[in-house]
Amino acid sequence: MKKINDRSMDIGPFVAAPDDDMLICRCEEVTKGEIRKAVHEGMYTLTEIRRYLRTGMGLCQGQTCAKLVKRIVAAELQVSPDELEPATSRSPMRPIEMEVFAKEADADE
Amino acid sequence: MSNCAEVVIIGGGIIGCAAAYNLAKKGASVIVLEADDSIGNGGSSRNGGGVRQSGRDPRELPLAMYSVEHLWPVLSEELGVNVEYHKEGNLRLGKTEKHMEILQGLTDRATACGLDVKMISGEEVRAINPYLSEEVIGASWCPTDGHANPLIATLGYYKRARDLGVCFYTGEEVVQIQKVRGKARRVITKKNVYEGEKIIVAAGYESRKIVETVGIDIPMRKELIEALVTEAEPKMFPQMLGTADADFYGHQTDHGSFVFGGASGFESVNKDNGTNATSSITAPCICRGIMKYIPKLANAKIVRTWAGYEDLCADGIPVISPVEEVPGLILACAFTGHGFGISPVVGILLSQMALEEQTLLDMKEFRYDRFHAVI
Repeated sequence: MKKINDRSMDIGPFVAAPDDDMLICRCEEVTKGEIRKAVHEGMYTLTEIRRYLRTGMGLCQGQTCAKLVKRIVAAELQVSPDELEPATSRSPMRPIEMEVFAKEADADE
Repeated sequence: MSNCAEVVIIGGGIIGCAAAYNLAKKGASVIVLEADDSIGNGGSSRNGGGVRQSGRDPRELPLAMYSVEHLWPVLSEELGVNVEYHKEGNLRLGKTEKHMEILQGLTDRATACGLDVKMISGEEVRAINPYLSEEVIGASWCPTDGHANPLIATLGYYKRARDLGVCFYTGEEVVQIQKVRGKARRVITKKNVYEGEKIIVAAGYESRKIVETVGIDIPMRKELIEALVTEAEPKMFPQMLGTADADFYGHQTDHGSFVFGGASGFESVNKDNGTNATSSITAPCICRGIMKYIPKLANAKIVRTWAGYEDLCADGIPVISPVEEVPGLILACAFTGHGFGISPVVGILLSQMALEEQTLLDMKEFRYDRFHAVI
């Protein structure tokens, strides 16, 4: 059952912090401050954060930063991290060259 | 929590968000209800980012041309986010004489509507884009087409609308619209009741079962199509690419990655278990298609694949229309996979319909009652 999420709820203002420059998503070079700020701009789900900032969209597909991002977003929304759905994992499991991926079927010609 | 507004919009995709933004800008109070947990989780975030005029149905062309001329170039500034809009042309590629015939037909219909698009030879194609293979014998070339980032554009409209006071509720699945004194007024979700003077339904294919509750039906079906993205590559070319055969389409993003969409041919009979999951055969098929046109990408690594539903209209263009039998109800659905490029103008048009202003373009081709049986 989906939970109703009021996107105008008061989560307080964005307050700058000393560790805002810390890199959280190393593949796409997204900092903690950018993630916290995006939450205040209305990005309340991990899927929205990902699409807005590219966290977890790089070569490791979020295997390194997903939990960190989740914790940061949860803290900003003042909810438990368990309440946040992870972003969808997508095929392929590892980055794979187009010419290798293409061999799924034998070419007819 | 607010349950009443001048306009209630069902569907938090780019169409709903763009309508909400334009209404809020004119001072209207707006509530947007999205069934999913995330804003723009349907086609809005799953399309290939094309901002095309060429290859469109002539009836839809005025909307695309208006968006390209007046709205896309200033959208980043207007929304305060970088929507990565590039107006650097679209090449629709052909490899056989049959392809060239298809392209010639599309080009003739578009030029008749005043669009700057022309047929060019294989050599001219490679002068524009040197990465295309010798197999390409010609193309249609529309220099004012382009592409943008659909993820950022959708969330940008959402963000600006929210800043202007629009109330967004996600996880709110609408089950019914109810009339009060003959007018559409109440929107019933699984848990709440909302009320609006006007109700805009922009919920993709799901619009069908929502408007059925007030006796309206739009002839459409849904089809699951797929796309993929590569790792970041050095800058190669800025054009949007498509093919006469529709075997793939795509572009290189600002990030450097290539986004390509395509088809396996099984789309109309894909397994539908209710989730938009990818199949194992489509992405490899898209890869085989791409490599024939752009051999240099053979070593590019695919990092992600995804799928999304298109809401395909019986006659191939959307329904964007007030419904006379149900006063207060406005439809914006059945975009047939062409919604992203025209979303900025559709947002304006919907705000005009909801506020009963004169629409800036003639909308009679998009009426909900245009469908007739063959005999």
